[in-house]
Amino acid sequence: MRNVGIILRRELASYFATPLAYVFILIFLVLANAFTFYLGGFYERGQADLDPFFSFHPWLYLFLIPALSMKLWAEERKSGSIELLMTQPVRLREAVLGKFLALTFPLWLTVNYLGRPDNGAILAAYLGSLLLAGGFLAIGSCMSALTRNQVVAFILGVVACFAFLLAGFPLVLDLFRSWAPQAFTDAIASLSFLTHYESIMKGVIDLRDLLYFAMLIAFFLLATGIALELRKAD
Amino acid sequence: MIKTDHLTKRYGALTAVDDVSFQVSPGEVLGFLGPNGAGKTTTMRMIAGFITPTSGSASICGHDIATEPLAAKAALGYLPEGAPSYGEMTVRQFLAFIADLRALEGARRQERLAHVIDHLHLKGVLDQTIETLSKGFRRRVGLAQAIVHDPPVLILDEPTDGLDPNQKHEVRALINAMARDKIIVISTHLLEEVDAVCTRAIIISRGRIVADDTPAGLAARSRYHNAVSMQLEQPTQLAAIRAAIAALPAVAQVEVSERDARLTALPEAGATILPAVSEVAARGGFKLKELHLESGRLDEVFRTITA
Repeated sequence: MRNVGIILRRELASYFATPLAYVFILIFLVLANAFTFYLGGFYERGQADLDPFFSFHPWLYLFLIPALSMKLWAEERKSGSIELLMTQPVRLREAVLGKFLALTFPLWLTVNYLGRPDNGAILAAYLGSLLLAGGFLAIGSCMSALTRNQVVAFILGVVACFAFLLAGFPLVLDLFRSWAPQAFTDAIASLSFLTHYESIMKGVIDLRDLLYFAMLIAFFLLATGIALELRKAD
Repeated sequence: MIKTDHLTKRYGALTAVDDVSFQVSPGEVLGFLGPNGAGKTTTMRMIAGFITPTSGSASICGHDIATEPLAAKAALGYLPEGAPSYGEMTVRQFLAFIADLRALEGARRQERLAHVIDHLHLKGVLDQTIETLSKGFRRRVGLAQAIVHDPPVLILDEPTDGLDPNQKHEVRALINAMARDKIIVISTHLLEEVDAVCTRAIIISRGRIVADDTPAGLAARSRYHNAVSMQLEQPTQLAAIRAAIAALPAVAQVEVSERDARLTALPEAGATILPAVSEVAARGGFKLKELHLESGRLDEVFRTITA
């Protein structure tokens, strides 16, 4: 497991060696706040909570996270550095985990930037936002492992994240309703990011929601590993 | 010890590496030769554990790369083709990263890092990012990465590609210096490199091993093995000396190059013709600029075997 830390540190250093992390954090903060005040009507609603702030996070993540994760593996494959990394005495899962954790760091920084989360509901919402970001990132990591083209990785990432985001809505469900059994449609609906995120955002930390995100992240990291195992040398 | 056992890799209908088996022992420097696309890189990648073979196995120092990948990789220093690395890192950061992954610590870490920086002349570029370096420096950073943990086994895919003649000489000297107690496999398509560093050469063509011999043994397969080559002072005498030499019983063929007044006499298989040929030249009063015995031409052997 010490290799996870070594790879994590290298990745982090490279985010901050290039403008990537700074640009991401800045744009995220500007957009999150603009949305909160203009689209969310932060003052007009007359309630002292951060709902308008958090409810836009999924939509920001939808585009920003695939943009961040697209290079994760695609670039390693394109430049050939994956051959260097995979011939060091490192397990594949250590590399997958190290890179994933490194990428969550700028998000963690961003989410914490606005000040200490100081009451329960806001703390829960921050946690939800972080879990949500983790889910998006794991999906993005998997899409990045599937191709050596970063633009393809980005588009695949956006589409996959969008599908998961709206899994509980007619846009996605109608695709299945006409032919699949009800139980299957319900199962798809229960995979929705938004349903699970919104309940955490309201301050209700349900073990089921936590498990949902944990398993989703684990599943896509595993899928990343499998995709790399199969395609790393292509 | 490196051992490969019936190593095979297929991509769909294409067989990139076909039933390759060999062993390399300590002290040997094995040159892996072959035309582009013959399967050199694929074979090395399978030994290094980057590609999984379709069938067959490879082991490094007794550790099978499939069942004990960490132990096998720990014993291996590997320079991938094209010396890839992380362009945004500085040389210092990159080498520290590799030293971390190789679990080098304390005084030994300092000593090994100083050793590779010194031997590969990286001191001047330590704080430059790798993407700003020239091709030659990138290659040297790749080599530094491969030897930083002083591994018993080294696999270097085209270690001197892109280096200038001075740098090539230095890298070859480095390989020769390490050769005594290590197992080294290098791939190259530079035949002069085989003479310069290798104790043994394997030629691979269309995925199969077509020759496995010492460089001298390979050269002996050449038509030019024990041929006599000479250069005349007067090009006008070429025709006369050609006729005289062609008449000798052990001479199989005479080749003449008008441009530099050079004549090469090829012997019948196993025959020695130097005394007879030099006697013809002396007796006929031909003035020679030079005369020498050829040991054989590797490039010609290479072409014959892989064509």
